[in-house]
Amino acid sequence: MTRFWIGAVAVIAAGLLLAMTDIIANSFWFFAAYVVLQYVVLATAWNIMGGYMGYVNFGSAGFFAIGAYTAIVMYNLIKAPLLVMIPLSGVVCGLMGLGMGYLTLRLRGVYFAIGTLALAVVLETLMVNWDYVGGATGAYVIRPREMEPFGDYVKFLTFVMLVLAVIAVAAARWVERAKFGRGLHAIRDDELAAECAGIPTLRLKLIATTLSGFLMGVAGAPFPLYVGFVEPVSAFNLAYAVNAIAMPMIGGTTMWAGPVIGALLLGTAQQIANVTISSELNLLIVGLVLVLFVTLAPEGIVGLVRKYFGRGR
Amino acid sequence: MTGEAILEVRGLTMRFGGFVALDSVDAEVFEGERLGLIGPNGSGKTTMINCVSGALGNYSGTVRFRGRDLGRLKPHQRTRLGIARSFQIPRPFRSQTVRENLAITIEYATGAAGAERDDRAEEVLQSMGLGPRADAISAGLTQIEMRKLELARALAARPQLLISDEAMAGLSSNEVDELLEILFALNESGVTIVMIEHIMRAVMRFSQRIVVLDAGKKIADGEPDAVVADPGVERAYLGD
Repeated sequence: MTRFWIGAVAVIAAGLLLAMTDIIANSFWFFAAYVVLQYVVLATAWNIMGGYMGYVNFGSAGFFAIGAYTAIVMYNLIKAPLLVMIPLSGVVCGLMGLGMGYLTLRLRGVYFAIGTLALAVVLETLMVNWDYVGGATGAYVIRPREMEPFGDYVKFLTFVMLVLAVIAVAAARWVERAKFGRGLHAIRDDELAAECAGIPTLRLKLIATTLSGFLMGVAGAPFPLYVGFVEPVSAFNLAYAVNAIAMPMIGGTTMWAGPVIGALLLGTAQQIANVTISSELNLLIVGLVLVLFVTLAPEGIVGLVRKYFGRGR
Repeated sequence: MTGEAILEVRGLTMRFGGFVALDSVDAEVFEGERLGLIGPNGSGKTTMINCVSGALGNYSGTVRFRGRDLGRLKPHQRTRLGIARSFQIPRPFRSQTVRENLAITIEYATGAAGAERDDRAEEVLQSMGLGPRADAISAGLTQIEMRKLELARALAARPQLLISDEAMAGLSSNEVDELLEILFALNESGVTIVMIEHIMRAVMRFSQRIVVLDAGKKIADGEPDAVVADPGVERAYLGD
């Protein structure tokens, strides 16, 4: 086993320990940790497309929300349990990602980014007008009070999100090291040159957008159970799209650790600001930090570490 | 010219809106040949290369490689069949080292992996004289190094047919000679080469045969000396 996998198992074991015992009695910490972990998944998913492949997705909120709404449909239809919702939301958003992949045939750079933003807006409009999932008024999902052996259901949700985060990061790390990831890197540098170097660019792009969409959907699936009430404005909140971009940019887009570091730092800072200052200040913080990083450290924290401590991986 | 045609172009036509960039061009390249493709600016040379390499897919007419109609094959499929091209303006994978540029091409174009891939990358590095710059990030290369990398990456795909699109523009005469030596050596090793070039000294020295395009039409095809003496070619370059 490599250091990465030992670390992953240790993180899951520690999470399991905390979730199953009463070491941390106040469930607020779990509520907060859930949000931070959800951002680890979202930022990691965004980075597979935006960081490795160089296609900026402004529509992360759309994927996240469709993940959540798929869960609501499943709940309304058959009262599906969470562990069924998660893969289904992943598949639905994976297919959406596949569609977005075909967009890359015609749209590049800024135009692609605008296209993804438009996609999110269209999806939000659809949800607002779809009564089955609550329309503009929103839909209630009754969260079970408890889940054995975790006790409080939020502890269970947080543990599930922790496992999802580890899976997402492991997937990103695999992409980074595989031939597939090297192909994406070439696409980011120069798509036509990549194609002429024998790289099947369309196929690689489709796999990447599908994987990225899948992971974003997975991040959104537990959301209805977490908040208990979903309406379009909260599910399609701009904060998801902004954070999904800002976190990898701040952490560093070239390595799996980047989005993780970015999500942990920025996500935690937002949670602290939420309690101590005001929930409205969240995006202001993100904006300021993002401007600082883009101007002073365009390669993020990972880039800074590499610069000052050699190229250690 | 004897031998088998490795590349055969029939009735190749390419339109951009109302502009006819290539107008029913017929041409062939023979196995092992060194062919020069010349013509004034805007005559369709690069468009022709883009059609052959698949970068422009919506041409009419046929392009056959070793007798096989390339139809709608994508550039990466053509590269894998053995057609490699370099770009007029070098397009390296800028954030990657010279070695990585070659390794990724070898990996995808030939399917070689691991030690085999690394050995071949080293081989290409040496043959192009890029050894000392192997671990430099390609965005920081000098002009001549960029041009060499451009050719090296085309070679990394193990082509049977190499199309070099103005590899020498803007280089000093010593550097031109250096690249010519490399291309001659490649041709010796059995690679058929099409050279697009504005530097007449290089084309005349290198080519066994020259094809001339003007305004999307082929206006001459033959031995270098005969082609430059052709009054039609003279008119295309110098006007009446």
